[in-house]
Amino acid sequence: MRGNHVIAEAAIRAGCRFYFGYPITPQNEIPEYMSERLSKIEGGVFIQAESEIASIHMVIGASMAGGRVMTSSSGPGISLKQEGISFLSALELPAVIVNMSRGGPGLGNIAPSQSDYFQATRGGGHGDYRTIVLAPNSCQEAGDLTYKSFDLADKYRIPVLILGDGMLGQMMEPVELPPEIPVKRLPPKEWTITGAKGRPSRFIRSLILDPFEEEEHNWKLMRKYEKISKEELLWETFSIEDAKMIVVAFGTAARIAKGAIKRVREEGLKVGLFRPISLWPFPTKILKEISRKVKHLFVFEMNMGQMVEDVKLAVDGGAEIHFYGRPGGIIPTPLEISRIISSYYYQKKLG
Amino acid sequence: MKKVFSRPKSIKKNPFHYCPGCGHSIIHRVIGEVIDELGIQEITIGVPPAGCAVLAYFYFDVDMGEASHGRAAAVATGLKRALPDRIVFTYQGDGDIAAIGTAETIHAASRGENFTTIFVNNGVYGMTGGQMAPTTILGQNTTTSPGGRKERRDGFPIPLSEMLAVAKGSAYIERTAVNSPSNILKTKRAIEKAFRAQMRGLGFSLVEILSPCPTNWKMSPVEACHWIDEVMVKHFPLGVIKDITGEKKDVN
Amino acid sequence: MLIKTVFSGFGGQGIILMGYLLATGGMYEGKNVTCLPSYGAEVRGGTANCTVVISKEEIASPVASEPDYAVVMNTPAMVRFQNQVQTGGIIFINSSLIEIRPIRGDLEIIEVPLNELSKQLGGNKATNMIMLGTFIRKTGLVSLETMINVIKDTFGNRPGIFKLNKTALSIGYNYLE
Repeated sequence: MRGNHVIAEAAIRAGCRFYFGYPITPQNEIPEYMSERLSKIEGGVFIQAESEIASIHMVIGASMAGGRVMTSSSGPGISLKQEGISFLSALELPAVIVNMSRGGPGLGNIAPSQSDYFQATRGGGHGDYRTIVLAPNSCQEAGDLTYKSFDLADKYRIPVLILGDGMLGQMMEPVELPPEIPVKRLPPKEWTITGAKGRPSRFIRSLILDPFEEEEHNWKLMRKYEKISKEELLWETFSIEDAKMIVVAFGTAARIAKGAIKRVREEGLKVGLFRPISLWPFPTKILKEISRKVKHLFVFEMNMGQMVEDVKLAVDGGAEIHFYGRPGGIIPTPLEISRIISSYYYQKKLG
Repeated sequence: MKKVFSRPKSIKKNPFHYCPGCGHSIIHRVIGEVIDELGIQEITIGVPPAGCAVLAYFYFDVDMGEASHGRAAAVATGLKRALPDRIVFTYQGDGDIAAIGTAETIHAASRGENFTTIFVNNGVYGMTGGQMAPTTILGQNTTTSPGGRKERRDGFPIPLSEMLAVAKGSAYIERTAVNSPSNILKTKRAIEKAFRAQMRGLGFSLVEILSPCPTNWKMSPVEACHWIDEVMVKHFPLGVIKDITGEKKDVN
Repeated sequence: MLIKTVFSGFGGQGIILMGYLLATGGMYEGKNVTCLPSYGAEVRGGTANCTVVISKEEIASPVASEPDYAVVMNTPAMVRFQNQVQTGGIIFINSSLIEIRPIRGDLEIIEVPLNELSKQLGGNKATNMIMLGTFIRKTGLVSLETMINVIKDTFGNRPGIFKLNKTALSIGYNYLE
């Protein structure tokens, strides 16, 4: 199955019954698939909205009503959605947002790129907030993480971002899909806006004029973020036991890096891979531990250097960090990366 | 002793924060009365705006979900599609609905989204201090149209309700005012009709209410009420703009 | 075993479909596969390409640095990929459309006159399927039976198209006899 289709199907199986979107390449297969699937499910709602802004606010409405809801877009469209993402965070509403990112800034192109890392992991819109950001690197993982993200969103009442790129969205791989959850069996939500029947009326708002109250609201969000930072870390390692140098890469770049590592391993270079899967929360602690043993980290991204800042913060001077990036939608080959890795490896006299 | 006048059940016991002579408190009360009379308090969900009425959730005793500036129609779409058997209304000002939220509103009407919009038109951005609004009439003085709105410099005011009447998905659209007791009664009837259209599933309904803003118009409350009659209605004529409900027209 | 193949040609020549069918065939035979197509505006009228990796082990990168095989359906595709194929690899050339030939001496070249072969089908039809037939015969990457099953599952609900594609596949397959 194609990555975009896997994400859409996994969402349905996780109980997503509401999808609001707007066309943009390279994620159009998601709304196309959702429109078809949701039209055949009782209670399923699909709207192709008039804009990205409208679609994210429809997400807010359906989430207030208690539904499992998703939207998807790519770079420029995600920029438009930032208003709503900030509101989702402030209103503490669960939602799943997919960014199949592309070359930027501006209109850029539709080729795979990782240039939206900062936007995704720093919140992206106005205000002091974070969203959970998960970065799958295969179709299987795209399905698994989408499925999981609905649970995370409900558990913490937080928007969850799936950060992929055009390559993940278009690539086809065999996939084992998760089982379908009956919507009726999902845990009830005690905070939704459904009409004040047999209970006092409620409201959900983000306007808190009193600075002391707003500060407390921010601290409340912060405490939630701290809990997530402890409990929801995801990462993968590959060949790090004997490694003298470790490549740090996420998503598509990690696939290419793994191919490159297999190449240099054949030549006897002791190189491993560390792949953050949750980009926020970033697996800081484990990377810090790794840097106690391995003193050379090679960060590879399909951008001009964004995650490398999180790597530097994590190791806090504890290891030497080298960066290699290809922005603009270029997909480097494993061969290219393997050459850069070995040249750095030998320069540092590791082999 | 028989009680002949009291606070509607759907309005909370919080004192309104609105300026003296402001139309919002009257409109809140009228909506509350309609919700009570239709017996829909337990199934009604309101979407307050950004603007003077941003705190509407302190006054309406129904479930309320806040929208960001201009997005009430989109939030209401999400709510109503998820809960089709509830009654959903948005409460929006002129800047909210006819400037930043134009796209959301026109498309919601065009899709025939089955919710009701209360559109409070006072011709200025009230909360931010009286700047020019999309409905500021030509010649009207605001803090960002010094010397009065000029079409060459500032463009023309937008007749949003007339535009929405063109949309195939809209069912009921009426313009009223709250500057006199008889107009207030008409407003109440219009709101009731709009809610009933929604309850019958007829599509998008909207009541535009010309509402006084003495503070930003720099008038006394009485002057503001007169100004609506003497000036504002010439640009925004009162009456039913679209009605596909098939219900009997009001005699007056 | 880790075999990387690039399919390339004009958008509309059925390039992505060739890749999809090969990858599906690999999956039917219990192997790991990835299929990475070009997409968007690129596939309409321009040059389309599709990278398929078939392997017994986990596939690290779906991107091929040096493909084992290249299937080129037009001249730009040939120019683009002839130097990327690894030593000892095979290039399959649509010789009806491509006049130039690779100058490298370390590759095997299979020329397939697709237009001529497709005359048996009554005109320029299903040339991609003829090429795919030749490709699986030469490489043995998936069996003919598997590929027929794949085509059946893909086009089964349209018997005419299934029959045409199946015939085209065998024309290509038997071309190398």
